[in-house]
Amino acid sequence: MTSETVVALSKLISEFKAEILSEWIDHQLKDPARSQSVPEASIRTNSAEFIKLFEVAAAKGNLVDISKPEWEEVQHMLSELSATRAVQGSTPTDTAKFIFSLKQPLFNRLNTAHGQTTSEAAKSVWELSLLLDKLGLHTTEAFQRTRESVIRRQQKEMMEMSTPVIKIWEGVLAVPLIGTLDSARTQIVMEALLQKIVDTGSKIAILDITGVPTVDTQTAQHLMKTVAATRLMGAECIISGIRPQIAQTIVHLGIDINDIVTKATMADAIKEALYRGGWVFERQLDSASISR
Amino acid sequence: MAIKSQEERAISAEEDIILVRNSVKRVTALLNFSLVNQTKIISAASELARNTLEHGKGGRAIIQLVNDPDRVGIRLTFEDHGPGIADINRALEDGFTTTRGMGLGLGGARRLMDEFVIESKENDGTTVSVTKWIEKS
Repeated sequence: MTSETVVALSKLISEFKAEILSEWIDHQLKDPARSQSVPEASIRTNSAEFIKLFEVAAAKGNLVDISKPEWEEVQHMLSELSATRAVQGSTPTDTAKFIFSLKQPLFNRLNTAHGQTTSEAAKSVWELSLLLDKLGLHTTEAFQRTRESVIRRQQKEMMEMSTPVIKIWEGVLAVPLIGTLDSARTQIVMEALLQKIVDTGSKIAILDITGVPTVDTQTAQHLMKTVAATRLMGAECIISGIRPQIAQTIVHLGIDINDIVTKATMADAIKEALYRGGWVFERQLDSASISR
Repeated sequence: MAIKSQEERAISAEEDIILVRNSVKRVTALLNFSLVNQTKIISAASELARNTLEHGKGGRAIIQLVNDPDRVGIRLTFEDHGPGIADINRALEDGFTTTRGMGLGLGGARRLMDEFVIESKENDGTTVSVTKWIEKS
């Protein structure tokens, strides 16, 4: 871009700032597809702020490379705007439109300033268009980043949510494991379990792996670490929910689980735990209301 | 042997292992492997994908549906361009590990599958290819 074009553009922007701004805001508010999640007041303040920063950045003579320091504040403002709108529930299109809708008022100005037909006007329009496209894409990227951080947070929450430690009887805890048992989840399970052992003085913990789809050597190793830590706390672990296919896979993999008590079902594990605790149950047939 | 379909997956993070497992699971179910064999294949895939990630510093998994006149099968190939394996026989021994794992993954995967081919060059990378067959009914 020639320096005259840049100078002319930045002059135009500062000269007609007020007109461009009001036309721009007007344009945004009249957009039939405008999402209602962004209130009018914030459109006004955001637009005014953007024009102010845009004018300052454009005056520095670089309208091509927005990664340069003079555009830092504009970028920062757009990132924050994207983040805020993402949280408010706007779509990335809405947010990118914020920038793209500036094109029309700017181009109108350019055309009136240069006259409809000059090639100079066409060139300026093209340069400005490229610049605004880059800024628009920047909002989309920022939007994406915000969404990703939301996803990461949700992943973390999901991980904590699916690892409850339940007291099922005096001295007996149960941990129904669900999903993939990676090291992060094992850590969470172990911490929660050991704490609960201390809090309740439990002697037996049942780790149920019915909800764990794949048991590979890493999963097995994580389970064994949990069992070992539980033992150090003076409690015993029973692993339940071992399906036939998992049992065969464990054997083929060559994993040695000889010193771990395992049961096929949670019910068997509970029975074993209660038996070890000295509990004896008796079924009174005459008062049984459900048949087996 | 003909390759009927092929799917490729990059392995560069822990989550990718889960995605590889899910792809493998889909193919094994499609081929009507028994539940036991499905589980075996998925576990082998899990071991080998983790090796690709942890020892090979990432790479890719190729999941193929292969076809012979009288049988069909699933072939899983794991490629990396990591440091390679100095002594393959040693690496296949149960309990041998260079990390803090159990040292059962590679040998275990060989036992879980029907065919097992490993090629490795030091400082050049490793390719492990495993296949499990099912007779055509």
